[in-house]
Amino acid sequence: MSKTELEKKKYPIHKYSQIFLEIFTIILFILFMIPFVMVVINSAKTSKEIIYNAIAKPTSWKQLFTNVSLIFSNSTVDYIGAFVDSTVITFFSLLVLALFSSMAAWVLVRNKTVWSTIIFMAFVSAMVIPFQVLMYPLVQWLRILGSFFNIKLLGSVGGVVFAYLGFGAPLSIFIFHGFIKNIPYELEEAATIDGCSRGRTFFVIIFPLLQPIIVTVLILNGIWIWNDYLLPLLLLGSNGRVQTIPIAVTAFAGAYLKQWDLILTSTLIAMLPIIVLYLFAQRYIIKGMVEGSIK
Amino acid sequence: MKQNRFINGLFLVPTLFAFLMIIIIPFFFGLYYSMTDWNGISRDINFVGLANFKNLFSSPDFLYSFLITIAFTFINVIFVNVVSFVLSLVVTSKIPRRNFYRAGFFVPYLIGGIVLGYIWQFIFNNILVELGSSLSIEFLQTSFLSQANTVIWTMAVVNTWQYAGYIMLIYVASIQSIPTSLMEAANVDGAKYSTRVFRILIPMMANAFTISLFLTLTTSFKQFDMNLTLTNGGPATRFLGAPVKASELLAMNIFNTAAANRMAEAQAKAVVLFVVLLIVSLIQVTVNKKKEVEM
Repeated sequence: MSKTELEKKKYPIHKYSQIFLEIFTIILFILFMIPFVMVVINSAKTSKEIIYNAIAKPTSWKQLFTNVSLIFSNSTVDYIGAFVDSTVITFFSLLVLALFSSMAAWVLVRNKTVWSTIIFMAFVSAMVIPFQVLMYPLVQWLRILGSFFNIKLLGSVGGVVFAYLGFGAPLSIFIFHGFIKNIPYELEEAATIDGCSRGRTFFVIIFPLLQPIIVTVLILNGIWIWNDYLLPLLLLGSNGRVQTIPIAVTAFAGAYLKQWDLILTSTLIAMLPIIVLYLFAQRYIIKGMVEGSIK
Repeated sequence: MKQNRFINGLFLVPTLFAFLMIIIIPFFFGLYYSMTDWNGISRDINFVGLANFKNLFSSPDFLYSFLITIAFTFINVIFVNVVSFVLSLVVTSKIPRRNFYRAGFFVPYLIGGIVLGYIWQFIFNNILVELGSSLSIEFLQTSFLSQANTVIWTMAVVNTWQYAGYIMLIYVASIQSIPTSLMEAANVDGAKYSTRVFRILIPMMANAFTISLFLTLTTSFKQFDMNLTLTNGGPATRFLGAPVKASELLAMNIFNTAAANRMAEAQAKAVVLFVVLLIVSLIQVTVNKKKEVEM
C-alpha cells in the first residue's frame, strides 16, 4: 500500500464535506481579496471612468502608469521622501529595540533580585496604558527636554526612534524574557569558567541563540511601526520635513478629496512595499507571528 | 562581582531610560494635566481638581462616544473572534493549498488602518452603491457609511477584515499544539465534527481565547486610524438633544477635543479611557483564566 492509501485508511475522508469545505474556503478567500482587486483595477482608471463604472475592468492598463507618474510628480506629497523616512525610522527603531531590549531582558532574567522583579513588572504593567493618555503630555515633555538639552526631539528621526524604543520596550522585553528563561544557565557558567567576561558572554553565547525570537520581535514591532500614524503625526507634524507613508497618504487624500483615481493609486503605492516584502519573507513572517502569539 | 554589576547597569540603561522618558514621566504628567485647565497655548496652568471629570459626564458628545465605543467593541470582538476561529479551522483542515490560504488571510493585517480606511470608504461609498443600483438592490443604494445606525457595524466588518488573519494565527498555533491523537480518538469513537470542536478543541484552546479576547478587546477600545480615514466620525446624528458625530469613537473624540485646544478636557477623557480599559481587561483576563484552571 502506498503512503497516501495508508493515510486514507487511517482518516476516512468524507468526500462531500471535503468538497464543501474547499468551496467555502475559496469563497472566503475571494471575499478577503476583493478589496485588493478593486484597488488595482480602479488605479488603472481615470476619475470619469470610476464614476461611470467602478466594477468594470479598466479599458487600458496604461492608465495605471499615468496615475502613478501623476502621484510621483505631484508637489503636495513627496512619496519617495516619505518612503525613505519610513524605512529609516522603521530600520533604526527595530535595531535599537531588538538590541537594547534583549540586553535588558537578559539582565532581568539572570540577575535575580527584588529590583529585577520590580522593573520587569513595571514594563509589563505599562502595556495596558493606552497611547491616548501619553500622547499630548509626551509632546509637551519632549519639547521641554529638547530645549533643555538643546537637541531636536520633535520633527526629527532621532526623536521618533527614541519614542519607539520607549513604546516598544514593554512587549519586546516581555517576549525576550519568556524566551531567555528557558535557556539553560549552565551555558553561561561554562563560558565564565573559561574566562569569558559577562558582556562578551551575552553577545557571543546568548545573542545568537535568540535568533528565532528576534524574528518575532522584529515582525511584531515592524508591522506596527511601519503603519503607525498618530505617533509620527504628533512628533513630526502633518507637513514637516520628515514624513512617513501613512502621513503622506492622509495629506494626499486630504488635498484630493474624492478623486478616487489618485487616492486609490496612492494607497496602492503605499501598500506595495510591505506586500512585496511579505511575498518574499512570508514563511518567516507567519512563523514569527505564530511563535510570538503563544509566548 | 563588581564588574558584573557595572555590566548589568550598562545593559539596562538604554531601555530603562527610554521607558522612563517616553512612558513613565508623560504618564504622571498626563494624570496631572487631567486635573488642570491646560489648553496647550497658555503657559499658565492651574490646578482645578476633578472639575474636568465632572464636566465629562454631562457632555453629550463624550457620553455618546463612550457608548458607541462599547457597542463597537462588543460587536467587533465577536465578529473578529468568530471569523478568525473559523479561518483557523479551515487552514488546519486537510484541504489542499491550506498554507496558501493561511498566508492570504493574513495579508490585510499588513496594511495599516490609515490605508485600508480609504480603500473601504471607496468600497462602501462607490462599489456597493453602484452594485445596488445596477442590480436594483434597494438597501445597497445608500452607503452604509452615511447611515447612523449601520456605520458602527460597517467599521466592525472592516476591522474584522484587518484583524481576523492575525487572530487566526494565534488560534492556529493553539490548535497545532493539541495532540492529534485526541481528535483522532474521538473520531474513532464516532464523535461528530461539531462535537469534537465544541467538546475537545475549544476547551483545549482556553489559553488562546484569553490572549485573543484581550488583544481584540483592547485594540477595539483604542481604535483610531481606521475610524479616521473610513468615516472621520460621520455622519451627523443627535444624542440627548445635542448634535454628535455618529461614528466618533473615544480615541477620535479625544483627538478632536485636543485639536480644539481643550487639552485638559482631552486628557481627562484619556484617563477615563485608561481606567475603563484597565477594569474591563482585568475582568476579562480573570474570567478567562478561571476557565483555563477548570480545564
